[in-house]
Amino acid sequence: MVAISALRSLRPLHPLNAILLAFPLPLFLGALLSDLAYQASFQIQWANFSSWLIAGGLFVGGFAVLWALIDLVRSGAGRRKRVAIYFVVLLAMWVLGFTNALVHSKDAFAIMPEAVFLSAIVTILALVAAWIGYSGFQSRETA
Amino acid sequence: MRAILLIGTAALALSACDGGPAPQQHGANPSLPEPHRGLLPDMTIPRPAEWGSDRPTVPEGYTIQAIATDLRIPRQTLVLPNGDILVTEGTGGQSAPRLNPKAFIAGIIKSWGRTSVAGGNRLTLLRDADGDGTYETRSIFADNLNGPYGLALVNDVLYVANQDALVRFDYREGQTEASGAPALVTNLPSAVNHHWTKSLTASPDGRFLYVGIGSNSNITERGMEVEVDRAMVWQIDPQTGAHRPFATGLRNPTALTVQPGTGQLWAVVNERDEIGPDLVPDYLTSVREGSFYGWPYSYWGQNVDTRAQPQNPERVAAAVRPDYALGAHVAALGVAFSTPSMGTAFADGVFVGEHGSWNRNVPAGYKVVFVPFRDGRPAGDPIDFVSGFLNGNGNTRGRPVGVSVDPRGALIVADDLSNTIWRVTAKR
Repeated sequence: MVAISALRSLRPLHPLNAILLAFPLPLFLGALLSDLAYQASFQIQWANFSSWLIAGGLFVGGFAVLWALIDLVRSGAGRRKRVAIYFVVLLAMWVLGFTNALVHSKDAFAIMPEAVFLSAIVTILALVAAWIGYSGFQSRETA
Repeated sequence: MRAILLIGTAALALSACDGGPAPQQHGANPSLPEPHRGLLPDMTIPRPAEWGSDRPTVPEGYTIQAIATDLRIPRQTLVLPNGDILVTEGTGGQSAPRLNPKAFIAGIIKSWGRTSVAGGNRLTLLRDADGDGTYETRSIFADNLNGPYGLALVNDVLYVANQDALVRFDYREGQTEASGAPALVTNLPSAVNHHWTKSLTASPDGRFLYVGIGSNSNITERGMEVEVDRAMVWQIDPQTGAHRPFATGLRNPTALTVQPGTGQLWAVVNERDEIGPDLVPDYLTSVREGSFYGWPYSYWGQNVDTRAQPQNPERVAAAVRPDYALGAHVAALGVAFSTPSMGTAFADGVFVGEHGSWNRNVPAGYKVVFVPFRDGRPAGDPIDFVSGFLNGNGNTRGRPVGVSVDPRGALIVADDLSNTIWRVTAKR
């Protein structure tokens, strides 16, 4: 048995948490691209795609937020800061994503231009959350 | 869902959207505020309530009674020459696909304000043989129809506008049951059928029929392609089934009628939602041949609606203004010209059935109004003729749809929430 005891060692996410975190970025990015396509073409189906992609990102992303919250509550002082940043970014992504879903519930071109702005911000937040998350967290044992 | 509504209420409070009583929005020059919509549309759905021993409110000197109850979603009525009343019962729009998450949620919310009874898809005939005001005989005139709505009788032919086709029955006076299955006159636009009701009336000489066809969306959110042959009134030759657009840009022309004397076609039209509690006024208008009334590109003349893209400045420039605003979101679904037999105060004008709003914090409509006319044109504010459907606790006991005037001096009102036919007469 090799004990990993280096202070700076990072433990990867639990596989299920990693799967949950894998959803928001591609779905919100897909929504952004669909929004841009709608803005350029006026073809309503792109706006419908966006609505569903956002709904999917919120649904699965909601569980990732929940996981991060539980992790935050349970983490000790040594790893709390990084977990807190991860949680806050993920929560901001979800709240703005939900706002974006409401914007997308407007009819036809009424979603513009807010839809594109919000989709872009939410995509960036999903990217940041994924970056932090997949970089891993200090394991509890070493904290 | 209620949680979302609560969030919405909070969002509305934050956006300082007062949702108060409607401003002066009647007549030829309604006030039109700037379009506005928060993160959620304004929504108040009065839930169904029971009448108990209460009755709708009618003016002093008039009385109201239910002449038929337990119908299966009555929509429009027609008074036949012998005094019998035909009622279309049914529902349509089942084929309209739900394309985005909003459509699922909106469908659930709007269903809170509807009857749980299944549509009859039939015609019921009511008869008062002895003329005492009690319609003692009731029969099913025709069955197995598909979302029947508009009715017209021309000589000995009864026309019924189903949600997908205009059909005809032979009619003999006194008949209580159709003699056979209906014959097709012409198919009507029915793809998607977001607004499925097909209103119907006939020209005074019976040479033409007019069918009102609603848009396939609120404001093109199903795409421009599905709006071909929608939001217009067709003129149809009943002999051949040949048809052509008579007037266009009418978002949802839910009832048509012909003015006695002049022969002019009139319509009530439901305008677009989700740009504020006081936009856009539903209206009553004479339908001028070849005219374009704005939908989807603009409303009330040249007020551009930027939700409809790509825009069409040429069509906007061509748009005409309707004659008479009834108020935003009242959902006018019935129209009928009065006769002197309705009493001197209500002799000259039209009755309008207002189904009532969902897209306002303070409900509008939920009543039948009388719009007075002078010299053949609307003149003056609408007067409540049948009201008191809302019970004051945020619920409603009925929702008026079609209205018909019995020349013997009665207003017939179909109520598709309490599934009742109401009859209003002057007290003797």
